Amino acid sequence: MFLAFFYSLRALKVPVGTHEWLDLMEALSAELSESSVDRFYYLGRALLVKSESLYDAYDQAFLACFSGVEAAEFKKQLADWLNRVVDPAQRPELPPGLEKLDLDELRRRFQERLRQQNEAHHGGSHWVGTGGTSPFGHSGAHPSGIRIGGPGGGRMAVKVAEERRFRNYRHDLVLDTRQLKVALKRLRRLEPTGQAVELDIGGTIDKTSRNAGEIDLVYRQPRKNQAELMLLMDVGGSMDPYAQLVESLFSAAHASRHFKAFHHFYFHNCIYSRLYTDMQQRHFVPTEEIFRRYRRSFHVLVVGDACMNPYELFVPNGSIDYFESHAESGIAWLRKIREHYPSIVWLNPESPDYWNGHPTIHAVSQLIRMFPLTVAGLTGAVDELRKEVVLPSFQNAAFSGQRLYE
Amino acid sequence: MTSQALYQGTSDYVASTDLQQVVNVALAIGRPLLLKGEPGTGKTLLAASIAEALKRPLLRWNIKSTTKAVDGLYVYDTVQRLNDSRFGGGDVGNVKHYIKLGKMGLAFTAEQPVVLLIDEIDKADLEFPNDLLAEIDEMRFHIPETDEEISARHRPMVVITSNSEKELPDPFLRRCVFHFIEFPDEAMMTRIVQVHFPDLEKKLLQAALQKFFELRKLPNLKKPPSTSELIDWLHALLAMGIDSKRILEETPMLGVLLKNEQDQAHPRIARLRR
Repeated sequence: MFLAFFYSLRALKVPVGTHEWLDLMEALSAELSESSVDRFYYLGRALLVKSESLYDAYDQAFLACFSGVEAAEFKKQLADWLNRVVDPAQRPELPPGLEKLDLDELRRRFQERLRQQNEAHHGGSHWVGTGGTSPFGHSGAHPSGIRIGGPGGGRMAVKVAEERRFRNYRHDLVLDTRQLKVALKRLRRLEPTGQAVELDIGGTIDKTSRNAGEIDLVYRQPRKNQAELMLLMDVGGSMDPYAQLVESLFSAAHASRHFKAFHHFYFHNCIYSRLYTDMQQRHFVPTEEIFRRYRRSFHVLVVGDACMNPYELFVPNGSIDYFESHAESGIAWLRKIREHYPSIVWLNPESPDYWNGHPTIHAVSQLIRMFPLTVAGLTGAVDELRKEVVLPSFQNAAFSGQRLYE
Repeated sequence: MTSQALYQGTSDYVASTDLQQVVNVALAIGRPLLLKGEPGTGKTLLAASIAEALKRPLLRWNIKSTTKAVDGLYVYDTVQRLNDSRFGGGDVGNVKHYIKLGKMGLAFTAEQPVVLLIDEIDKADLEFPNDLLAEIDEMRFHIPETDEEISARHRPMVVITSNSEKELPDPFLRRCVFHFIEFPDEAMMTRIVQVHFPDLEKKLLQAALQKFFELRKLPNLKKPPSTSELIDWLHALLAMGIDSKRILEETPMLGVLLKNEQDQAHPRIARLRR
């Protein structure tokens, strides 16, 4: 049962290693007199799971392994398991206090507890803890037969797991701006800039000794983020359902003050010769002008579903907007943008399952690396942007490698 | 089980059963306790509460974006020494004179076991937690300047809080007991409020809580009100002598709960106020 739990955790991508597992056994041995499904639930969660985004996976694994398990059966299994596995030699760094309880004593206490529990079950009556603090509480309220004691409305561990209250903390779901900010924050490039205000101790000592002991303070420039970001957002039409999502990405990027520069523009369905500065698409900047204004080192995040009528993408003058007729097709413009900004990714709110089946999404994703618009997707996109980009040098037309990140 | 006292919350801090258990596990196996959770769920206060319950002194190490791991161990005040050597004063020949222990160093050298709070660890550089691994594992460190070895006399209870501004590195996480403090539900919140206002009228409390959770449920709030804002609001309501009926009808003094301009302009809040 417990090993199955271990492997189902791993199967659900909770990174549990032997380190955590040994910790859990150690803690269980220390806590044995109090063992119950509930305590095991919280104990396991505290020791095996190190991020709230994995709480949901933990709940699922827990449900799969312990749902409907009788309390007595659980105890028996737990005793068997600890009995089999816990070997003092296997437990490094044991705190001194724990050594006092030897295994026999532990087992004796455990058996004692188990016996009591059996009696209570056979008697068919409630086994009520005083003041709700007994780990056993009332029985029979749930298939697992255990309820959390303690005031304030006890929840059954299995039930807590069943509720899956932590579903919202999963990384692969779309989340709040804070998490998007965390993802964007990784897009930084520290370089010394601005006024020299940081005391350079090494330099100071050096200069002072050269100065025959007359103190001469040396300052240097602090390092600041030099990353520049451009956000291009598809608005209107098929993007309407995702408006809120795009908005949270936008506010995350906008609120991240650490970018050296941040610019955003809007487009409808596909990018052609114009990018709009307002959502209503009344004011625009020619795309060529953008190329002139903003350096090639800009990172570009395009947000859009890339769902459109194929002629909007492939046919010259195919734009959905009447005024935006242009001799070049959408895909040609996208290619231009990608050529000008090598560090570019596409975030798509549509589920990746549809990407290959849809002609325009597929075509766009062949041209620009596409990621789902989720926290995990954004993290992947940022990783892609962080990659070393080889910028062709204009002066000698030769390609010179330039490492963008430390 | 051990000689260590068990943590069960303190008179001014209500800890849920699972939180108590997690604290005790961390104590029992001697690992740092890493706390995450929404701002205002009492992460920092928990450390103070543990210190109080276990009757241990609390050492607070507040992390800033410029904090380096070594700052917590010790600081070698070179500038002072340089200054002393130039202008006289101080025992320049003795390096020890210019070594000042940081919070972690103090926790290691303390006469009795302490609670060490490393507050908002995610504010520091990404590498910061990794730089502390060896110290947390072995509970000792070396000062090269004086060739001194500082090792912990008593293993401190380390409480670390994080607002998840940055992800923490895996090797660091592996060494921690992790707990995510959920936002209290109504029953829990009632208990928390009662700790702060033991004589609060029941009707008023119910009305205030009802409004509070209504506000929290509004979609798209930039900064949903948290426990500390609720406590402030109750203080304000009491000070102004506002009764439960008025609370329900007009939700007075919203400024205490919502600190963001956009939140205050939320269309449903305008309706709440009428």
